[in-house]
Amino acid sequence: MDNLINIDNQPVSFKPGQTILEAAKAAGVYIPHLCHHPQLKPHGGCKLCTVMVNGRYQTACTFKVVNGQEIDVDTPELNAMRRSLVQMLFIEGNHLCPTCEKAGNCELQALGYEYEMMSPHFALQYPTREVDASHPDVLIDRDRCVLCERCVRASRDLDGKSVFAVVGKGHEAKLIINSPSGLLADSDFAVTDHAARICPVGAILIKRVGYAQPIGERLFDHEPISAEANVCEIVEEAK
Amino acid sequence: MTIGEAVDAAVAKYRGDPLYVLQVLRDAQAAIGWTPPEAIDQIATRLALPRTRVRSLVQFYSLLYDRPRGAYRVLFSDNITDRFNGSRELARHLLAHFGLKRSETSADGRVSVDFTSCTGMCDQGPAMLVNGIAITRLSEERIHAIAALIRARTPLESWPSEFFQVDDNIQRKVSLLGTPFVPGSGLDAAIGRGRAGIQDEIKRSNLRGRGGAGFPTATKLDGARNAPGVEKFIVCNADEGEPGTFKDRVLLNSFAPRVLEGMAIAGYAVGATRGFVYLRGEYEHLRAKLQGLIDEMRASGRLGTSIRGAAGFDFDIEIYMGAGGYVCGEGTALVESLEGKPGRPRVKPPSMVFAGYKGRPTVVDNVETLAHLTEIAIDGGAQFAHRGTRASTGTKLLSVSGDCERPGVYEYEFGVTISRVLQDCGAASPIAVQIGGASGLLVTPDEFSRRIAFEDVSTAGAFMVFGQNRDLFEVARNFVDFFAHESCGFCTPCRVGTTIQKNLMDKIAHGRGSRYEVNDLMRLTEFMRRTSHCGLGESAGNAVRDTWTKFRPAFERRLVAQDFAPEVDLEAALKPARRAAHRDDPAAHLTTSEA
Repeated sequence: MDNLINIDNQPVSFKPGQTILEAAKAAGVYIPHLCHHPQLKPHGGCKLCTVMVNGRYQTACTFKVVNGQEIDVDTPELNAMRRSLVQMLFIEGNHLCPTCEKAGNCELQALGYEYEMMSPHFALQYPTREVDASHPDVLIDRDRCVLCERCVRASRDLDGKSVFAVVGKGHEAKLIINSPSGLLADSDFAVTDHAARICPVGAILIKRVGYAQPIGERLFDHEPISAEANVCEIVEEAK
Repeated sequence: MTIGEAVDAAVAKYRGDPLYVLQVLRDAQAAIGWTPPEAIDQIATRLALPRTRVRSLVQFYSLLYDRPRGAYRVLFSDNITDRFNGSRELARHLLAHFGLKRSETSADGRVSVDFTSCTGMCDQGPAMLVNGIAITRLSEERIHAIAALIRARTPLESWPSEFFQVDDNIQRKVSLLGTPFVPGSGLDAAIGRGRAGIQDEIKRSNLRGRGGAGFPTATKLDGARNAPGVEKFIVCNADEGEPGTFKDRVLLNSFAPRVLEGMAIAGYAVGATRGFVYLRGEYEHLRAKLQGLIDEMRASGRLGTSIRGAAGFDFDIEIYMGAGGYVCGEGTALVESLEGKPGRPRVKPPSMVFAGYKGRPTVVDNVETLAHLTEIAIDGGAQFAHRGTRASTGTKLLSVSGDCERPGVYEYEFGVTISRVLQDCGAASPIAVQIGGASGLLVTPDEFSRRIAFEDVSTAGAFMVFGQNRDLFEVARNFVDFFAHESCGFCTPCRVGTTIQKNLMDKIAHGRGSRYEVNDLMRLTEFMRRTSHCGLGESAGNAVRDTWTKFRPAFERRLVAQDFAPEVDLEAALKPARRAAHRDDPAAHLTTSEA
């Protein structure tokens, strides 16, 4: 067969075995995502990559391409759902963009701009979460954690360490550290780990480099997260 | 027993197999009373698992405790039927008796009192669990007796046995409950038909899964049989957690020979040699009897190798205990739990018939579905399909509870009308029936001519009757609380959405909600249905939607007249300031119109 799918009525070719997200990226088509990272096993939890496949809602990061699929990505309805998801992630944690070191490089913030989030809409939940500054090189600020489990997967699958885990049901879900004290300093985590640089938000920050790159000159300050340059950059990273 | 000894014993019992870490935790906790960090660390070391993995289980399963609880751990079942029967009042009595707050442990470590999701005793509630064992028919008198027994530190074994009595309450029988069953007859019939023959009969029967989804059983069994691999599994889903259902409890108590032979028949058809009964933790009281039956079946050649002398028919069953988690009733979450992980639903595909337990072909079927296999083996598929409707063959067990004279288990041919069930159970003048539990459908009198069938009102069996004067808003609020508590937290829409729903319903209940909150609830329900990872999130808003659509006054009488009421209660927010200023005069309060 011809290995073609239609994304928003545009033919896109794919390689068998790819997920919809991978095929779209390879073609330079942006499908939003947060928990997904090209170096990691697909997770499927954030649901930002929800698309319509032959009339059904599917998670593009886990759903495989099949020849002839009709896929809707950029529709007002799907984009409104994505805006709600971003709002939910904002109100679930304590996100203060103006003072956050990750501002401008933060994928959650960039998604907020992308989907025209003008307010949090839902009541802020103001959870009480712990900061872990014990490690000499890395700071854990759980206020900003969106429970995407990128660090969990990176530490386990790329670093071979399993430093992180997300535990707890429902709104009690939280990031914990695999060490006797529960502190990062007592784990075998190192600043050179993949997990140290994989957080999409400002929950895992490397110390002593804060604001070295001025706000206003950062990744998403130049171009939105959906810009082709950013889509392609992420594809590069995967290679 | 020291923590180390408790861990050693538990690890040894499960041969140090990390797949059994959840069982190890359950056993260790039963010996210690809770799961201290030292126990988590020791279990992690002994089973060579990351400490975080063991801790994730303690955080996930509601019957595992990471903080000390009382020597007597009292958990009131918190289904709406329990509440309507006065459970909240009884819990208040008990808490007051010991001078405790909810989930607090008494200073002497004697007792803790809390609530838990529906324990499956709706036909004989209010109910509770004490140290994991069910107590039914709670009354003020019984609560006083329990308080005295706890005060005297009387061992649970010495409590009056009638406290622990769990009745079947079978009210109506057709074929499954009404036909005497000779142990071994299902196996003999299956062997007589041969592996291909029994498959054909199951196909002919058009049996569909009784867990609610109604997937054709023959298709599932075929899928697993044809899937590559030599090691295959049959799992009996006895994680009956849907609020308002208890028919599997009755099947496992009094019809377990049918259920277990049904598993073996499924194994025979698929070519699977191992089976698990995943028994919900709340049904601990059924475990010993079930285990005794399995042992007896093995001793008499109805389990094990060459069953009933049939060469190559090898099948054995073990019981695997859950530890509290509604979401584990979802097939893939159940298998995750069976592998000793938190019960988070898996990404699908792959289907479990290709990659289930340990990545091997696995059939997960409801207790009732498996029991029906004995009928099909003995009577044949055509006879089975003769009952019910064309699309929903055979009979269905209903768990009837709530405002009716005769709660209990009813067996009907599929296609029975709701009004017929109401008539049979003695429901005088119901205003509504919740069919299918918290995730199901709220049905009003103008719909009582509808039928129980996959093609009309589909249900796993819960049938809760609400009489005159019942407040349907409180029903919906109870279900919303339930989902917020049971959401596994994996996906954003369900994790955050169920909590938002809960907060919105609370705001309305407290007389501070407006149409704005209602609109948000409706929008959320639809949003979660579209984006959630599994059925829990997809259906979490059903009850709110149905109540708003069908019982609008129950909502409306709580709503404030404004278009919008702010989230912050200004009058309440001023309280600390008044206290600090030692003032309580009228000028220190907002005017009533603003409040």
